[in-house]
Amino acid sequence: MTGIIQIESLSKQYGSGTKALSDVSLTIEEGEIIALLGPNGAGKTTLISIICGLVVPTGGTVRVGGHDIRTDWRAARKLIGLVPQEIALEPFEKVINCVRFTRGLYGEGPDDAYIEKVLRSLALWDKRDAMTRELSGGMKRRVLIAKALAHRPKVLFLDEPTAGVDVALRREMWEVVDQLRRDGVTIILTTHYLEEAEEMADRIGVINKGQLLLVKPTSELMGEFGKKTLTVELSEPLAAVPAVLGDRGLRLSPDGRSLAYEYDTRADRTGIARLLGDLAGQGIKVRDVSTRQSSLEEVFMTLVAEPRQEVTA
Amino acid sequence: MSGINWPGVGAIFHHEMTRFFRTVMQSLLSPVVSTVLYFVVFGAAIGGRIQSVEGVEYGAFIVPGLMMLTILQQSVSNASFGIYFPKFSGTIYEYLVSPVGWIEVTLGFVGAAAMKAVLIALVILLTSFFFVGVHILHPFWMLAFLVLTATGFSLLGFIIGLWAKSFEQLQIVPMMVITPLVFLGGAFYSSDMLPPFWEGVAKLNPVLYLVSGFRWSFFGLADVPVGVSLVAVSLMIAACCVAIRWIFATGWRLRE
Repeated sequence: MTGIIQIESLSKQYGSGTKALSDVSLTIEEGEIIALLGPNGAGKTTLISIICGLVVPTGGTVRVGGHDIRTDWRAARKLIGLVPQEIALEPFEKVINCVRFTRGLYGEGPDDAYIEKVLRSLALWDKRDAMTRELSGGMKRRVLIAKALAHRPKVLFLDEPTAGVDVALRREMWEVVDQLRRDGVTIILTTHYLEEAEEMADRIGVINKGQLLLVKPTSELMGEFGKKTLTVELSEPLAAVPAVLGDRGLRLSPDGRSLAYEYDTRADRTGIARLLGDLAGQGIKVRDVSTRQSSLEEVFMTLVAEPRQEVTA
Repeated sequence: MSGINWPGVGAIFHHEMTRFFRTVMQSLLSPVVSTVLYFVVFGAAIGGRIQSVEGVEYGAFIVPGLMMLTILQQSVSNASFGIYFPKFSGTIYEYLVSPVGWIEVTLGFVGAAAMKAVLIALVILLTSFFFVGVHILHPFWMLAFLVLTATGFSLLGFIIGLWAKSFEQLQIVPMMVITPLVFLGGAFYSSDMLPPFWEGVAKLNPVLYLVSGFRWSFFGLADVPVGVSLVAVSLMIAACCVAIRWIFATGWRLRE
């Protein structure tokens, strides 16, 4: 299957000699949401900027919908919408005119019915005649999304969509992305919020120092690299962890009512059954058990600390 | 390269013209007030002591020069500000990621800047009718010179806006280069009135050819042949287009 975006051996070296991207290859399928994760300066924004036309690559090729971004740039760009990291809006322009303007830039004729649909879906219809400078930060970001959607792109790039917004707005943005997913838009997002990638993305790509370390389905990545914590709620509080339970790294809560046991999902034996058996053997009554997946942040730290993995694109 | 994205050109042009009409009073009032002051000072106060220049009443003689002064200043400032402001506010990204190339962006911004300058120049012409009797000998050529000059200097302003990294840089070229060239380009006198040496120096000034051609369209009087004026402005337009194409092709001051 040929993806809607095909990146082959992409590299970028700035005039200063800084290598922002090294030999990046990746195929993105139509309709999926892919999150690019990486620390500051990893090359995420450079990758997006090259695909969108803001940065000229040093080597490699990118095709969007089969169109080369350099030789067939008009056709390629018509398929793309970009929501930049920085909020950049004409301050003295009405919201609706901003969106109309972008639609025109993409060579599309006026379609106020579609623009109304976009503004309504982003809860901006009531603000359509407001000047953009009068809007809150969250609304401005939604205007940027509305502009990016003005020409019905097949691919939407969201560069750090929730950077600097509060928790409520972040949730709101996730809902917007979820709606776009249902509409069949392919979404590529970069984020610092690892929870965001975990929550929204079908696949996660990890970039560090200009290299794409890996790309895997989110669930697989979490399963492969994730650690889980088993929390055992006790019927009676314990004063200390019994010595017989060995060096499993058990942590007793301050009130003595729960034990935490961390295990690796990749291990052949997780040790859960043995632990529960040993607890029963000691006459310790268990009231409840629960497990918690380790956060993607922990997964990410594991990855960037390890040697380069094979890319599954 | 496929065809020109005309809706894209229209969007930029409309966007720029909307900005002009949003502030139409200040856009028009300021040049009109300046022109009235020029008429009062040069036309009435000084012109009263000058009978005529080459058979034309001095007040009327300076009308083409004043229009040229305005059109040069307005073209450069409108076009340079038009493209610099998106760079300053960050909205320039839109032009770089959308399917518009150097032709569409230039047509949109320069077309709007030239249109604004021509409108203002025509308002100044109307204003001058209140002060002096002006007869236009070749109206077609008057409009042609107006449009060509506005286009040439809007292109120059566009390059200045692309080059500028700060508002100071944006203002320094018009202030240090354009205004002196206009004042020394025969806006208020005929180059024949200068001593022979300075007349030779004046002929190195490209603005002299524009003012001369423009004045010819009014009175049939020219410091240099009209054909030379037309060639001068056409060359300027061509050179600016080549420079802009290069800027967009290389991404200089636009793309990383």
